[in-house]
Amino acid sequence: MLELLILSPLAAAALSLVFPWYQLRSWLLPLSSGLHLALSIVLVSGSFPAGGAWVGLDALSRLVLVVTSLLFFGCAIYAVGYLDLRRDRGNKVMVPCLLAFLSFMTLAIAARHLGLLWMAVEATTICSAPLIYFNRNRLSIEATWKYLLLCSVGIALAMLGMLFIAYAALGGGAPVSLQFDSLLATATSLSKPWLHAGFVFLLVGFGTKMGLAPLHTWKPDAYGEAPGLVGALLAGGLTSVAFLGILRGVQLMTAAGDGAMARQSLLWMGILSLLLAAVFMVRQPDIKRLLAYSSVEHMGLLAIGVGIGGLATFGAMLHLINNALTKGGLFLAAGNIQRAYSSKRLSEVRGAIVGLPISGTLFLAGFLAITGSPPFGPFLSEFTILRGIFANHQMVVGVLVLLSLATVFIGMGATVLAATQGESGPKNDNFRDRPLLYLPPLMFMLLILLLGVYIPEPLQKALSQAAALLEVHP
Amino acid sequence: MMPLTNPLLLVVILINFFTLGSARLVACIRIVAFQGALLAMLPLTTHGITGHAVLLAIGAFSFKGVLIPWLLIRAIREVRIRREVEPLIGFVPTLILGALTTAGAFLFSDFLPLVAEHHGGLYVPTALATMFAGFLLLITRRKAITQVLGYLMLENGIFIIGVLLSEAMPLMVEAGVLLDLLVGIFVMGIVMNQINREFTSIGTQRLSDLKE
Repeated sequence: MLELLILSPLAAAALSLVFPWYQLRSWLLPLSSGLHLALSIVLVSGSFPAGGAWVGLDALSRLVLVVTSLLFFGCAIYAVGYLDLRRDRGNKVMVPCLLAFLSFMTLAIAARHLGLLWMAVEATTICSAPLIYFNRNRLSIEATWKYLLLCSVGIALAMLGMLFIAYAALGGGAPVSLQFDSLLATATSLSKPWLHAGFVFLLVGFGTKMGLAPLHTWKPDAYGEAPGLVGALLAGGLTSVAFLGILRGVQLMTAAGDGAMARQSLLWMGILSLLLAAVFMVRQPDIKRLLAYSSVEHMGLLAIGVGIGGLATFGAMLHLINNALTKGGLFLAAGNIQRAYSSKRLSEVRGAIVGLPISGTLFLAGFLAITGSPPFGPFLSEFTILRGIFANHQMVVGVLVLLSLATVFIGMGATVLAATQGESGPKNDNFRDRPLLYLPPLMFMLLILLLGVYIPEPLQKALSQAAALLEVHP
Repeated sequence: MMPLTNPLLLVVILINFFTLGSARLVACIRIVAFQGALLAMLPLTTHGITGHAVLLAIGAFSFKGVLIPWLLIRAIREVRIRREVEPLIGFVPTLILGALTTAGAFLFSDFLPLVAEHHGGLYVPTALATMFAGFLLLITRRKAITQVLGYLMLENGIFIIGVLLSEAMPLMVEAGVLLDLLVGIFVMGIVMNQINREFTSIGTQRLSDLKE
C-alpha cells in the first residue's frame, strides 16, 4: 500500500512522458495526486502495519504526509489552469518533474533508513530545479543555479552527518546501521562526540534545504523566480519534509539523552531566522520575495517551537499544517496577481482587489492569516508556541519572538496593503480570475479558517502523538 | 590488500593539489575523474574482495570515473569554453590555503575520538583534506563548471568516510546515492548550457542580479 503510494506518481510521470496530448498530460497531475491523497488518507486513518525496515509511517510522518498530499492536490488542480495559460512554455518538463517531485517527497517522508531519506531528499532537489527554471530567463537561471548548488552542497553535508552517526555506532560498539528504528533502540550506546557532530551536520544540511537562517540565501531567489505553484510546493511541502529530516535528528538525540543540546541549537537557529526575516521583510518591494522571507520566518517559528519543547512542540506541529496550507494559498494567489500585472513588484502591482477581486482578496486574507491574525489557524498555533515559551520561563526568547512578529506584521502589511488596496494599476486585460486558478487557494484559506475555529478530535490526537515522539525518553 | 591503501590515499591528496593549482579546465576534469576512479578501488583495498565491495567499486568506477567526467567534458564542448579556469584569488594563494587545510586536516584528525583501528590511518585526514579542497574550489573559482568540480571533490571526500562505514550503507542506498550524483551533475550540465546561452559565458560572477 505504502509502496503504491510512493510509486504511483512515478508511474504517472513516466506515462506523462509518452502522452502526446497537452491537456490530458496536465490532467494527469490532479488525477495522480488525487489518488495519492485518497491513499494517504486511507493509510493514515487506518491501522495498517507500520511498515518494514525501509519504509513506514509513524505519527510525525503521517502528519507531514497528509499535509504534503493535500497541498500537492490543490497545486495540481491549479497547475491545469496555469499550464493552459502557458502553452508557450509547454508542459513536457513541468508535469513529469512535478510528479517525480511528489514521489520523492513521499519516499522521504516514509523513509525509515537515513540513507534512503538522504537519497530521496537529494532527488527532490534535482526534480525541482527544472521547475524553478520554468520561465527560462536570466533571473530564473541564476535562481536555479544557486538553488541547485547550495542545496546539493548542503545535502552533501547532511550525508556527512549521517556517516558520523553511523561512526557513533561504531565507536560505541553498537551494531552499525542507519536503519532508524535500530538506531533509536541503541541510541544510548552511541558514542557522544560523533553523535553530536552528526546532529550538527544534519541540522546544517537539512537546514539549508528548509531555509533556516543563515542558510536561507537561495530561498528568496528560488521562490521569487519560480512559478507561483512551484513556490507553493517548495514553501509548504519541501520545507516540511526537510524539517522532518531535522526532527529525525532531534528524535535520535532525545533517545540518546542529549535532547537538550539539540533543542538549544534549533532554538538559536530559529531565533536568528525570525530576526533576519523580519529585517528583510520591511520595505520589501517584491511580493514573492516577501513570501520567501515569510517562509524563512515561519521555519524559524517551527524550529523555536521544537526548541522550547512541551506545549510549544504541540504548537509547532499545528503550525506545520497551518504554514503549509497558508503558504500554498498565498503563493497561488500571488501567482495570479503576477500574471495579471505581468510583474511582482510594487511599482506595477497596485490595487489588486479592484483589478483581480478574488485573488486579490485571497492574497490579503492570506497575509492576515500568516501574520497570525485571528480567526485563522496560524493565530492559534503561534499563540500556542508563545504560551509554551512563556510557560517555560524563556522571557528573552518570548520578547524577541513577539518583537519580530510585530515587525513582520508591519513590514509585510505595508507591502501587501500597497499591492491590494487603492486604484488598480495597468493590468493585462486578458487575465481574469478563473475557477481553476482561484478555487485551490480558496480551498486552502477555508481550511485554514476552519483550523482556526475548530480542531477535530482525530487531528488533535495526531498532533499530540507527533509531539510526543519528540518528547518521550525511551 | 591493505598495503595498497596508503599510497592510494596519498595520490588522492596529491590530486587535490593538482586541481587547486591547475589552470587547464579539461585537465582538471580528467584529474578529478581519476581521483574518483582511484577512490572506487578503496572499498577493495579496505575490505578485500567481497561481493559488496566489488559491486560498490564497479558502481563508483563507472559513475565517478567514466560517466560523470564524460557528461562534464561533453558539457564544456557544447558551450565551447575557450578561456580556462578563472580564479577569484590566484593559484599560489589557493595552493597555500590548500596546504594549510591539508596540514590542519592531519593535525585535527589526531584529536578526533576515532576507534582504535582507524587511529593513525590516512582515511580520515584524506577525507577531510579532500572535502576542504572541494570547498576551496567552490569558493574561489568563478566558472560554473569549476564549482561543479568542487562539489564532486566534496562528494569524493565524503565517499572515503563512507567506505569506512560500509555496513551502514546497504548497496541499494549506495546505488541511489551514486545515481543522485549522476543525475544531479546531468541537470547541472543542462543549466550550465543555459547559462552560456543567456550570458555568453558560464562565469557565475554574472549571476548577481538577484539581491536585496
